[in-house]
This record gives sequence, structure tokens and C-alpha cells, in this order.
Amino acid sequence: MKKLIKLGVAALTLSMAANIATAEGKLSIYHWFEYIPQELLDKFSAEYDVEVTMDTFDSNEAMLASLKAGKMGTYDVAVPGDYMVEIMAGDGMLDTFTKAEMPNHGNIMDQWVNVGFDMGRKSSIPYQWGSTSFSVNRDDYKGDINTLGIVFDPPAELQGKINVLDSQGELLALASMYLGIPQCTSDRDQLKALNELLQNAKPHWASFGSDIAKDVLVSGDASVGMIWSGFSAKAREEGANVEYAFPKEGYVVWMDNVVLLKDAPNRDNALKFMNFLLEPENAAAVTNYAAYTAGVKGTEPHLSDAVANSPESNPPASPVGEFVQACSQEVQTVYDTIWTNLKK
Amino acid sequence: MAELPKVNPEGSAKTYSGFGIPLIFPAWIIIGFFLVIPVAMMLVYSFLTKEFRGGVIWEFSISAYDQFFLYRGLFGDSPPVIEWTYISIFWRSIWQAGLATFCCLIIGFPTAWFIATRTGRNKTIWLFLITIPYWVNLLIRTISMKFLIRDNGPLNEFFLSIGLISEPFHIINTNFAVQLGLFYSYLPFMVLPIYAAVERYNFALSEAAADLYASRTVTLFKVILPTVRPGIVAGCILVFVPSLGAFLAPDLLGGAKNFMIGSLIEEQFKGAAGNWPFGAAASMILLSLVLIVLTFYARNQTKGQI
Amino acid sequence: MATKNVDLRHFTGFKSLTLLCLFLLYAPLIIVMVYSFNDSNSITRWNTVSLRWYYDLFYGVDAPKFKTAAINSVSIAVMAAISATVIATMAATAMLRAGSFRGKSVSFALINLPLMVPEIVTAVATLIFFSAIGFTTGYLTILIAHIVFCIPFAYLPIAARMQGIEDVYEQAAQDLYATRFQAFRLILLPLMAPGIISGFLLAFIISLDDFIITNFVKGAGVETLPTVIFGAVKQGIKPNIMAISTLLLAVSVGFVALSYFVGRMGEKANPTTTKQGD
Repeated sequence: MKKLIKLGVAALTLSMAANIATAEGKLSIYHWFEYIPQELLDKFSAEYDVEVTMDTFDSNEAMLASLKAGKMGTYDVAVPGDYMVEIMAGDGMLDTFTKAEMPNHGNIMDQWVNVGFDMGRKSSIPYQWGSTSFSVNRDDYKGDINTLGIVFDPPAELQGKINVLDSQGELLALASMYLGIPQCTSDRDQLKALNELLQNAKPHWASFGSDIAKDVLVSGDASVGMIWSGFSAKAREEGANVEYAFPKEGYVVWMDNVVLLKDAPNRDNALKFMNFLLEPENAAAVTNYAAYTAGVKGTEPHLSDAVANSPESNPPASPVGEFVQACSQEVQTVYDTIWTNLKK
Repeated sequence: MAELPKVNPEGSAKTYSGFGIPLIFPAWIIIGFFLVIPVAMMLVYSFLTKEFRGGVIWEFSISAYDQFFLYRGLFGDSPPVIEWTYISIFWRSIWQAGLATFCCLIIGFPTAWFIATRTGRNKTIWLFLITIPYWVNLLIRTISMKFLIRDNGPLNEFFLSIGLISEPFHIINTNFAVQLGLFYSYLPFMVLPIYAAVERYNFALSEAAADLYASRTVTLFKVILPTVRPGIVAGCILVFVPSLGAFLAPDLLGGAKNFMIGSLIEEQFKGAAGNWPFGAAASMILLSLVLIVLTFYARNQTKGQI
Repeated sequence: MATKNVDLRHFTGFKSLTLLCLFLLYAPLIIVMVYSFNDSNSITRWNTVSLRWYYDLFYGVDAPKFKTAAINSVSIAVMAAISATVIATMAATAMLRAGSFRGKSVSFALINLPLMVPEIVTAVATLIFFSAIGFTTGYLTILIAHIVFCIPFAYLPIAARMQGIEDVYEQAAQDLYATRFQAFRLILLPLMAPGIISGFLLAFIISLDDFIITNFVKGAGVETLPTVIFGAVKQGIKPNIMAISTLLLAVSVGFVALSYFVGRMGEKANPTTTKQGD
């Protein structure tokens, strides 16, 4: 027992020592799991002599929950998705900056400057964007995959071999597109139809899962998988004969953004970091790592061929994708009921 | 028979009476401060109004409990009827956890018995053998289990190659897979407490029973099991209660098609619903169910009816 | 203990069930070990045998992260398990050896409360509580949260054991003028050893495994193995996770082997310590 205690104390001192700050400046990032290459953080650290610590979350909502539960004021920047930027801004969780504070502001692609969730980019910068649709294993199914019907009304040979993302917003948005109804509709008949569509589709689905979305395609457990574009590209690289669909009814586009949080303890370093991420070379490094697309001008020379020419990152001119909308409270309550009905 | 050791009912032993009571204070203080206060806050939250997308508004409301027990249609304006959705989610979890506990007991008791009857240091080695796999993270173990039981995974390939089955045995994404996962996740939590109790078992009891011509089975059920009951009960609690809130096995092995209590509550805090009062209310209902059962058990013990 | 013609300790089939139990426990681990030597990026496709992922673990870009996480995890698990075992042993003594006192049922419920509250609720509630009283989240908050939820896991096996020990031994010792503390230390504690070991082991593995609570109460930059592993798995399971799991297994097996041989040396020196408690 004494030996054990000594061991514990030794381990404690060791781990405490590992956590003692060495650099003058600090930066605290709240980021998605596995979404930024460690090399890039090290580069920023070295260039600006800033000690970077990163904490991670696994969904936009989990991030919001933990910020609301008391973590506001501990992070400098966070990386929420499009609709979440709007929600956080609405809750007064975001700080703003001026163009003078962000010299690389001009590097933001024109199409991503005036976006609905942050007009003129006053508190956020684009990080990466991509799409959500589905992929089909071409060894198992050779027919036309250009329709969301593959997921919501699958042909007999694909029934029971489908994995869908365990993500309410994206699934309901795709289902709405399949039905041709607007997102966040408050029309009762349309909402009933949405509920019914999902109820009828569920028996054809083998599983709900987000983390496993890539692995079930690679292992062959699923022939169809609702999936994010970059994830599908990785499945293809790992040897699965999958094709990513841009269905005619539409698909979901999303964009993750680096935001400046209110009460950031190291506001200056946060701005440096955001500016750093707007350098084409650095934005390209993230793209090469995550296989999505940067929202920054001039990244092309720095991109690897595989990523630049990936079919998943180069959608056709039409149809165009749509952002998932943040619904009003009334509609969201109905959405929650539909979701609970689906998974009860 | 005069020397027959009696199992010590709670409340009868007084070796350290008076003097011993303060020994419980550290447990009171640390749990009271770091858990009871937070949980009491959650109890308060369950009676507050939900803030849209997470958080609470400080206005009294019973809408969380209303939502749990009454269904008012898709749009919330039909006349209320009893809501079976959440009750059935609870029932499904209880049933799954119960079955997993039963399976753990069937395998766990003989294992614990076997270990307890080894000699000297070998016991400790066996105990470590049971717990070593748990150095590997539960997530990794569950993923490996998934890999193992896939339709074209090693298990099926093995059975196919020896001709035991002619087509893959479909386990993944079924309730059976969830069972298997829960069983696998919590097995040592059954074995170790039973071991601790069985190790103390006095074989004079078995001898006495044998002298009275009791068969082995009768001895097992009439003498051994009642004597080591505290260990069995402890094991069952340690498997059943965590299984109720488990989410990895249902998600990864069962395909997350149906909510379990754990995933339902998690959805309220971390999912799109963002309904903290409802999540808190569901937790309080779960907590009171388990508390009622445990308090009943504790009362029984205090009375000395073992 | 006398053995008659029929060995009363033996039940037909118990050994096979034990072996089945071991097989069930270890089968998935074989997958983990085998695939840690896979050269491919994915665990679902087998390539060739290589030590690439072990090299990556020690010299790759994430090496410092894994190292700190492993140290954090093991040190927290050791300290949390020791604290919880001590607190639980004291509590069990009070509950089972101090006669009846007011609030005993409440105490029983209180000790088991950490087990009964769903993890996500404990996680959110504890985080709200810590930030309300101005605690900065970090290493210490993880440790406190772990001690709290480890207590019932240590308490239940310890109490189950203590219930099986008649208090006649301690009373006999006291009759022979042993102080209460001597009776506790020299009589009860040694008899309790199997329960205490079981409780400690359970508390240790439950702490080593925790993700949900840790993820909420940890501060920025303080990672434990589960949080690192859950993060890494978000982009698909790479064999490096299998490699780190295999290493952990190897370390634990090493510990066990070491304690076995150290113990055997001790036994040779002092043969009377064996077989106690039988």
C-alpha cells in the first residue's frame, strides 16, 4: 500500500510538472475532435511563442451545453458549425473584431464573406466547409444513385444495409429535401409527412451512427451510408469502392467557423491565431488533413492532388447544397418529437 | 453445529459502536459536497422552464414531468393521453440490463467460486486475469467485439469454415448483440464482489450438509447461495445499475436504433433537443426508481432478515 | 480444511465456465493485439505486419499527447482508487461494525448515489457546480469527480466481505486486551484483504475507463486516455489506438508478473503468510 501511494504521488508530481506553462502567451482552443493537424498547432506555437492548449467536443450541441454549463471565459476561440454561429451570436457568446485587427480578412473567399449566420464576418472566419449526403458501395449496387430515395425509399437489394448519421439536424434536412418541403416548415401537413417518411424508412436502416459512418462502408457492413464528404473520401482512400452522391433533390452544405468567444482570456492571441488560419498555406494544411474545403483564397498551390481533385470536394454546378437551418422554438419542439418517435 | 458461523446482519455487530460511527463521515462529506449538492441542483432544474437550446430559465414549471407522462400529439395541442414512449424506453433498458445481470451471474458465480477455491497467491493472479482486459478502454473493447461478430467477421468465418453454419450468423445490430456487449462490459463487476464473499465461505457448512445427506445441488442452493448472498447482491447492483445507463453497447453493437435511458438523457443535454429540465426530470425518475429498490434492500438488511 | 472422498469445493462444470469466461474476456483483445501490427491505415483492411504504429506512438506528432494522457489516466486511477478504497473501508466499518445509528439507510443510499445518477447528469451537474463555486477545471477536478464515483464500486465488495466476517474474532481480541484499533488493524483488516483488493481493482478499472464525466470536468489541455481515444476514433479507428491498448495490456501483465514474483520471494522468506483467510 505504501509503495502504491508513493507511486501515485510520483505520478502526480510528474503530470503536474508536465502541465506547467513554459511560454509567455497562451491560447485556449475549443475544437472538434481530430480536426486540426498537430503540426499546424506546433507551427503557430513556435512562430508566435504562444502556448496552445486545446479542448475537444464531439457535436455542436455538446459544445454549447458545456459552454452554457460554465466553461465560458476559459476558451479564446471555438469552432462551431454554421447554424451554431447564429445561435451563439444570438445568445451573446461571441465577441467581434474589426478588419484592422484581422489583416488577412481579405483572404476570405468572396462567397463566404456575407453569409447568413455572420454578415460581413465580424466575429467568425471560415475554417472548412463540406457537404453531407450519402455514399453507395458500387460493388453492391450498380443502379442510379442520384436520388435521396436511396436512403429514404431504398430499392429492395439495399434494404437493411443502410447506416444513417445519428444527427437530427442533417437527417431531417435531407428528408425535407426528399419531400420537397422547406426546412423548418411550420405547415402541419408537411410535418406529418416528414414524420411518416422517417417512420416508413426506419425499418430499412441497419443502424444509426456517426463515428462509425466510414468504417461500416470500408468493412462492407453497410452498402449505403449517409456520410460527410471528407469521410467518404477517406473511405475511398482506404479501398472501399464507394461513390459519393450529389442527389438531384439537394444535399446539405455545412461550414465550420473559428469564432472569437466573449470574455476570451487571451483575445490578442486569439486574433493572431485566426489571422494565422487565414494564411492560404495554413488553411491548405487543414484541408489536406481533413479532406474538406477551405474558405480561403489562394490555397490551390498548397493542396495535395488527392484532395484537390477529390470527387467529394468538387460538387456539380447543380443542384446546389443548402445549409441546415436553425429552426424556431415551436418547429424545433415538433422536430424533437419526430426524432423521439423515430428512435423510441 | 455450535460453531456454525452466522452471517453478520447489518446492525448487530457492535465492535466499534459509538467510536466507529465517525468513520462514515469522509464518505458523507465527499459525496455530500461533490454529488448531493449538484444532484439537488438537477432536482431543482427539473422543475424549471427550459431555455431554448440548452440551459434553464428560473421560472417554476412541471412541463418536464408533463412531457414524460402525457402525450399531446405531434404539435402539442391534442387532448393529453398517457405517454408510453418514455415508459417503454425505461422498460426496455430495465429488461436489457436485467438480462445482462442474469447472464453475468450465471457465468460470474462459477468463475468467482473457482477462483476462491484456488490456493494462496493463485487467487490474486486469477483476479488480475479477470481485470487485465479492462485496462483496455471500453470503447476499444466494444469496437473489437463489433469487429469480431460482424457478418463477415472472424467468428462467422470460423464457423463457416468448420461447416457449423452455412450462412453468416447475423448478430450485429440486434438485441442479442446489445446483451453480449453489456455482459462483456460489466462481467468483473459481478465476479469480484462474489469472490470476496465466497472466499470467506466456511466449508464446514458444506460438510455438515453432506453429512445430512444433502445432494450437491441442494447444498449449493440451500446452504452456499444464502451464505454468500451479500456478495451476489453487491455484484447484481454493480452490473445492473451501470447497465441501465450504458450507451456504448447499444450504440455500437445495437445500431442506436432505439433510445435507451442513457442515450435519451444524453440527447437532452448534448443533442439537438437541448432540453435540460426534461433530461433532469428523466434522471430524477430513474434515480427514484433505483433508490426505492435500494432503500427497500437496506431496510431489509437493517432488520437482519438475510 | 479436511478434504473428504468427495471434494466439496468442486462443482462439475465450474472450471469450464471459468475458462469460457476467460475466453469471452480475451477474444476481443486478440483482435486488438493482432491489428496493432497492421500496416494499413484502417483496422478493417489487413495489409502487412509492421511495427509502424508503435513507432508512431513514441515518435509521431501525437506522441507527447499520448504520453501525458497515459500518465494522467494511470495516476488519476491509482489515486482515485486508493482514496475511494480507504473511504469505503472506513464507511463499511461504520455501517457494519458500529451498531445501529440514525440515518443508516440514508447513508447506504448516499454511498451508492454515485452509481445511481446517470453519468451525463453527474457530468453536467458537477461542471455547473464547479463553475458556481469558482473551481478551475483541470487535473484536480477530474480527480475529485473520480474519487466520488469510485466509492460505491469499492464499497460494495468490501461490505459484502465484511458481512461474512463474524465479529467474534475482534471481540476475542478485545477480550485479550487488544485495543479497538489493534483489533481492527490486526484482525479485521487481514480478514478483509480479498474484499479490499476486489474493491480497489474495480475502482481502478472504472476510473481508468471513464469518458463522459472526465470529458466535462477536465480543463483545456488536460487529457486522459479515454478522451484521447474517443477523439482519435472520431476519424475512424486507426491501428495506433490498437497499439496503445496493446502496450497498456503489456504493462498491466508486467505489473502482475512482477507482483507475483515479488510475492513469491516474500513467501519464501515468511512462509506463514500464505493460506490465510481460507
